[in-house]
Amino acid sequence: MAAQDRRKKRLDRSIKVRSEGLYSLSSWREMTYLLAPRLLLIGGLLVSPLLLDLYWQKVLCAAGIMAVLAMGFDFLAAYVGLVCLGGAMFIGFGGYAAGLLNAHLGLPPLLTIPLAAVIGACVSTVVLMPCLRLRGVYFAIVTFMLPLFATHIIIALELFGSTEGITGLDILPNPWWEQYVIVLTLLCVLFALRRLVTEDVGLIMMGIKDNDQAVLASGISIFKYRVLAVFVAALTGCFVGAYQAHLYGWLGLSLFAMDFSILPIAATVMGGMGTLSGAVIGALILTPLSEALRGFGQLRVVLYCSILLLFILYKPEGLMNYFERKYHQFERWEKV
Amino acid sequence: MANDILLDVEALSKSFGGVQAVVGVAFTLSRGDVLGIIGPNGAGKTTLINLLTGFVKPDRGRVVYKGHDITGMAPNRIANLGIARTFQIIRPYHSLPAYKNLILPLNSPRIKKSPEGRLGDLDSVAIDILEEIGFERDARVPYKLAGSLPLGYQKKLELARCIALKPEIILCDEVFSGLSMAEITSMIPLLEKMIMEGMTLIMVEHRLRELFRVANRVLVMNFGCKIAEGHPQETMARDDVKAAYIGGGTRR
Repeated sequence: MAAQDRRKKRLDRSIKVRSEGLYSLSSWREMTYLLAPRLLLIGGLLVSPLLLDLYWQKVLCAAGIMAVLAMGFDFLAAYVGLVCLGGAMFIGFGGYAAGLLNAHLGLPPLLTIPLAAVIGACVSTVVLMPCLRLRGVYFAIVTFMLPLFATHIIIALELFGSTEGITGLDILPNPWWEQYVIVLTLLCVLFALRRLVTEDVGLIMMGIKDNDQAVLASGISIFKYRVLAVFVAALTGCFVGAYQAHLYGWLGLSLFAMDFSILPIAATVMGGMGTLSGAVIGALILTPLSEALRGFGQLRVVLYCSILLLFILYKPEGLMNYFERKYHQFERWEKV
Repeated sequence: MANDILLDVEALSKSFGGVQAVVGVAFTLSRGDVLGIIGPNGAGKTTLINLLTGFVKPDRGRVVYKGHDITGMAPNRIANLGIARTFQIIRPYHSLPAYKNLILPLNSPRIKKSPEGRLGDLDSVAIDILEEIGFERDARVPYKLAGSLPLGYQKKLELARCIALKPEIILCDEVFSGLSMAEITSMIPLLEKMIMEGMTLIMVEHRLRELFRVANRVLVMNFGCKIAEGHPQETMARDDVKAAYIGGGTRR
């Protein structure tokens, strides 16, 4: 058939199947249709530690850390309207809190990680509180500077081992622990955040993003909800920060590295803003990709940036939005 | 009930840099009043609304609501006390469906703490309010994204968001502006119904004919000052009011 004789017909799947969970219970087909992509991600993540070799297992851990940070970034940017480049701060505060608890008080990692998550989140929230009045790029600049600020305070006052850091922290009992802690954290954070944004609290946060003045006129304190949102994001970020300190048994200034602020953004852009699961997919692609390109040395950054640039230019909606749309469509060629 | 004073405004002033937006405006509002605030562009009407609702802090003067001084309070606290407002430039939550727009006021401390606040499913309460305000013609409309609705519906949504707060006073900032005649005529019965139910309203408006159908008192502003107040027709008949509206004013 010549090209002009046919056209592609696209049909959307019924909205009932997509939006009403109860309806899908009516048949196995609809249930599989809804559950398959979810089970693919969950199953894939749970099985992958069994299939990978030692090197790629470590990459999986690093990718998991990025994925959780990316979700935190996506949540704050797309649902609350706070563009937060403070991933490095969350990792740093969480990591230092866990490391210090372990080195000075001798607490075991399974206790320090949750404890450090809470302590780090509280500290981060208090530090960010005065900046919550800022919006858009101004908030981004402040959050970008705070990790640098923390680094220089640590160097100047020679705190916590200064530039050397503290080595010899307890590590997690065995590689299985290392991987399943991060995989389960990732899944819990993903589904908890997805739930949160559809609750009333999430609606209020989206309202703040759309129009903060109108939220005030509705008698709701925007400050309170922004604090809550930042705390939630910081909690997840500090948790993986603490995990990272125990993963390598070491804490130091590189916990405040810019990578933790920048890579989550790249992952979110690639995966699709506002999807949360897109941020995870982005991180799970970009981190291993960056490892695979290690052979190229400095050229790696160029390749990496080109991929990002291509996405921003040609697929600004991101992978997740694209595949979700395609998944919900039937396509066939039709004679004109 | 005539002496039941809800709002007492004393010598309210605000200047932005060198511009005096509101100068010593004073008035009282009793329960059930419908006060129209009119005046030429730039007369300070919207600033007055912003001062009353806390979005702008006054330089001088006092706002007393039911005996409590609310001058300079945070906007969300004033809203929680029962003073709701609409915005001249409508501010819907674009990315939420229309009925979800009402979930926000329904989650405010004012509604949560009221006895009926905890009862029922908020979504259906929201749909009920939207039906009351005139979303009934097409059952799909409440589920559409607020940003995609026609202006008439968005203006009604602004009002609905106020009503959801169960306020004692609603300050309407130009609810008629930008609407077609048909849309205005569908809006007036809603306002009349609210007034019948005893709602106290302050309406900033340029559409005088429509305003006078509902307002029982007008306050005329010019260059930030109150120049007249009283019964609508009598006030409009005054020479200084005519001069302010038609312009000139120096001719005698």
